[in-house]
Amino acid sequence: MNEHREYPCPEIDPDICKGCGLCVAACPKDVLMISPKLNSKGFHYSEYAGEGCIGCGNCFYVCPEPSAVTVYLKDYVPEEVS
Amino acid sequence: MAQKTVLRKPRGFIDVYKHKPGAEKDRTHYCPGCGHGILHKLIAEALEDFDLVEKSIVISPVGCSVFAYYYFDTGNLQVAHGRAPAVASAVSRANPDSVVISYQGDGDLAAIGGNNILQAANRGENMVVFFVNNAIYGMTGGQMAPTTLEGQKTTTTPYGRNIRTDGYPIQMCELINQLTAPVYIARTSLHDMPNIRKTRAAVRKGIQNAMNRKGFSFVEVLSMCPSGWKMDAVQSQNWIKENMIPRFPLDTYRDNSDQPYTVERPVPIMDPEEVRKILGFGSLKTANLRQNPDAVLRKVALRVSGFGGQGIMSTGIALANVGMEYGYNVSWLPSYGPEMRGGTANCSVKVQEETIGAAECTEPNMVIAMNQPSLEKFEKILVPDGVLMYNSTLIDIEPTRKDIKVYPVPITGMADELGDTRVQSMVSVGAFAAVTGMFDPGEIKSLMPVLFAGKSDKVMKLNEDAVQMGYDYVKDNFS
Amino acid sequence: MPRKLMKGNYAAVYGAALAGCQAYYGYPITPASEIAESAAAIFPKLGRTFLQAESEVAAINMVYGAAGCGQRVMTGSSGPGISLKQEGLSYCAGSALPCVVVDIMRGGPGLGNIGPEQGDYNQVVKGGGHGNYKNIVLAPNSAQEMCDLTMLAFELADKYRNPVFVLTDGVIGQMMEAVELPEPVSEFPDKSEWAVRGTADSRHLINSIYLDHDDLEWWNEELARKYALVQKNEVRVEEYRMDDAVIAAIAYGSVSRVLRSAVDLARDRGVKLGMFRPVTLFPFPNEQVLALPDRGIKGILTVEMSNGQLVNDVNLALRGKMISDLHSRMGGNVPSALEIVEKVSELYGV
Repeated sequence: MNEHREYPCPEIDPDICKGCGLCVAACPKDVLMISPKLNSKGFHYSEYAGEGCIGCGNCFYVCPEPSAVTVYLKDYVPEEVS
Repeated sequence: MAQKTVLRKPRGFIDVYKHKPGAEKDRTHYCPGCGHGILHKLIAEALEDFDLVEKSIVISPVGCSVFAYYYFDTGNLQVAHGRAPAVASAVSRANPDSVVISYQGDGDLAAIGGNNILQAANRGENMVVFFVNNAIYGMTGGQMAPTTLEGQKTTTTPYGRNIRTDGYPIQMCELINQLTAPVYIARTSLHDMPNIRKTRAAVRKGIQNAMNRKGFSFVEVLSMCPSGWKMDAVQSQNWIKENMIPRFPLDTYRDNSDQPYTVERPVPIMDPEEVRKILGFGSLKTANLRQNPDAVLRKVALRVSGFGGQGIMSTGIALANVGMEYGYNVSWLPSYGPEMRGGTANCSVKVQEETIGAAECTEPNMVIAMNQPSLEKFEKILVPDGVLMYNSTLIDIEPTRKDIKVYPVPITGMADELGDTRVQSMVSVGAFAAVTGMFDPGEIKSLMPVLFAGKSDKVMKLNEDAVQMGYDYVKDNFS
Repeated sequence: MPRKLMKGNYAAVYGAALAGCQAYYGYPITPASEIAESAAAIFPKLGRTFLQAESEVAAINMVYGAAGCGQRVMTGSSGPGISLKQEGLSYCAGSALPCVVVDIMRGGPGLGNIGPEQGDYNQVVKGGGHGNYKNIVLAPNSAQEMCDLTMLAFELADKYRNPVFVLTDGVIGQMMEAVELPEPVSEFPDKSEWAVRGTADSRHLINSIYLDHDDLEWWNEELARKYALVQKNEVRVEEYRMDDAVIAAIAYGSVSRVLRSAVDLARDRGVKLGMFRPVTLFPFPNEQVLALPDRGIKGILTVEMSNGQLVNDVNLALRGKMISDLHSRMGGNVPSALEIVEKVSELYGV
């Protein structure tokens, strides 16, 4: 699912995200936002705008939920390709 | 470690949270925006990066992080409220090669476990403590913490914390910084990205210190509790900045991580041969002396009594020791406690062939009284025909009972004659041998290496003379 | 075998050292301080850990930590200190951690005094801390048994993964007797299934939390099954002149030593008194006590240095078949053989 992406980019698991909004506030490029949609737990989860990520990692480090945010950095090579 | 190309759930975390009950084994139990998850992630990342996941042991406290063991793929101990540093101390000593992490909240660490953290810090235990300060009790529902700010409303300070009645918020870094042993003390915060990165550096420093056996590291982290504070996560970050940091200044209070000392712990000796050697089994040979079948007394229930400092206890112990070498059953029981401190001391000694019942001689058949109060006290409880030996150097009254055998012996005087009052004990032992006929003075002298193990030849010779002198006095004067 | 004249308190530490105890964590308290002192003298020579903890509470939690790492570990204390350790003991039992606690009982309640008493019976034998658990309790009555039963305590602790008490009083702790030192233990149980050692394959969890009600009920039932097994396998008693006895006197610890003297004294007077001594207090010798009336015993006198704590267990065991009388001394006073014999004569007209 990763091959069409441009790196760096964040990947947010909409089902794990608790919608606290810390990543949105920490993003220097304002490319994260709280979704109007609810996930299965009733949280408005965080979403990536789809472009503009600079791979700073802020959203990863500020997120309290270990598996909610993954950030693929600039030099990331998808495993199936490598 | 190689440059990262992806930031993902660190390997310090368990893949599927198997210890977590219920269906949601893919996410934490923490509230949205809670600082615990951020700190957990920084720790788990460091453990992965330094290849320490398998070597680490995390101590989970009581508080919201009581379930830290759900998440860390390390060894885990969940412990009683406040006691993580005590448990961690023992864990670290049991496993000196491991990285021991004590993870604690403010109620756990600064209130109920306040002494435990200070003492572990003061001992310089090889561990790293992560102290989550969110100024409130989270798990129990938002009560006052020791770090709750002045005026802060909690469920137990509904009108705000009153410093006149509730005291001041406790500054733990500053307190611990008064101690000499800790190597690293820092306070950081999770209120924005630059400070989260500083926290990351502090976490890694603390873990590396534990890895390098540098001793005690303490990292206090100001952390959001949106549920407890009744605000959203971003507002919570602002609240830290505006309200907590003025009271809890962010700083590296101490960094002696580069000092050369490392914590070393002994390796337990378990080899039975070695253990026998160290406990001195080889020297514990029993003399197996032959009992005298014609002794006047073959069953002695003795009270030795006198002032503290008159060798009362050592007389009794020496007699029990000698009796043991003759193959008798022996017991020695001191009077202990306040009466030991000043005033009269006494002990009970039993020497007999039969199994010994009560060790206390409530009805002795022999008394050695070294001073007048002892004579007055114990003469009364002697059995009829019992033996009363008393120290005639210091006692100038006569016993009143007529149904007992009386041996006035100048015990202190003879010891002084030998030039050392301390040998009164062995004068008494010699006199005892003569009165009872139980022991032979020559054989007692052969036991000196046992009775005075580690003492000089001079001391042993002096005590040999004391035994002989006590023995001869009784033989010469009462035979 | 090597013999050494030593205090009961020292003998317990020798027993621990010989049993392979790797760590001692304790706090000073009279009349148990010599246990800490002798551990401080002996343990470092053996490369074992001795640490004077900052409190009784810290000491038992250090025991929890060491036990969780699979070490044989011990602490020692007396009444007030045992009260403080109760929470930690509940955690040890709840997490199924083997450990050994020596309690040299003193006079209570409160600060009481430091004379010998048996007032800790309830708080030690009945669990003491919160929750449904029990300590295994061994009650030595000589310096030799302080050594031997401490060694046994380590074995039982490991066998059942449970705290084991060595419960005695100041008389046994302070008295010196000849002790034959047994051989050091050379084989130890494998704890790799659960002990946390800071290695890849020892990443276990030591824990007493069971959030789910059914899980916790299951765990309590597991504990109950364990205690039933202990009750079945581990009862130990000592009898003295019980074969033809008409009156049985029951006591443990130092009182049983006095009782032995009392039995001889009674026999000299023609009174057929025998001694029944529980060596294990949990498991209590229920069946053996229940059988006493069928052995021709016409009267039972429990003698204890507490206010009727032991006699309750005796009477529970008797199930109403007979009711034990009580002779109780407290406050540091030790019953004498004579007063026991006189009490027997007075109660039973013999």
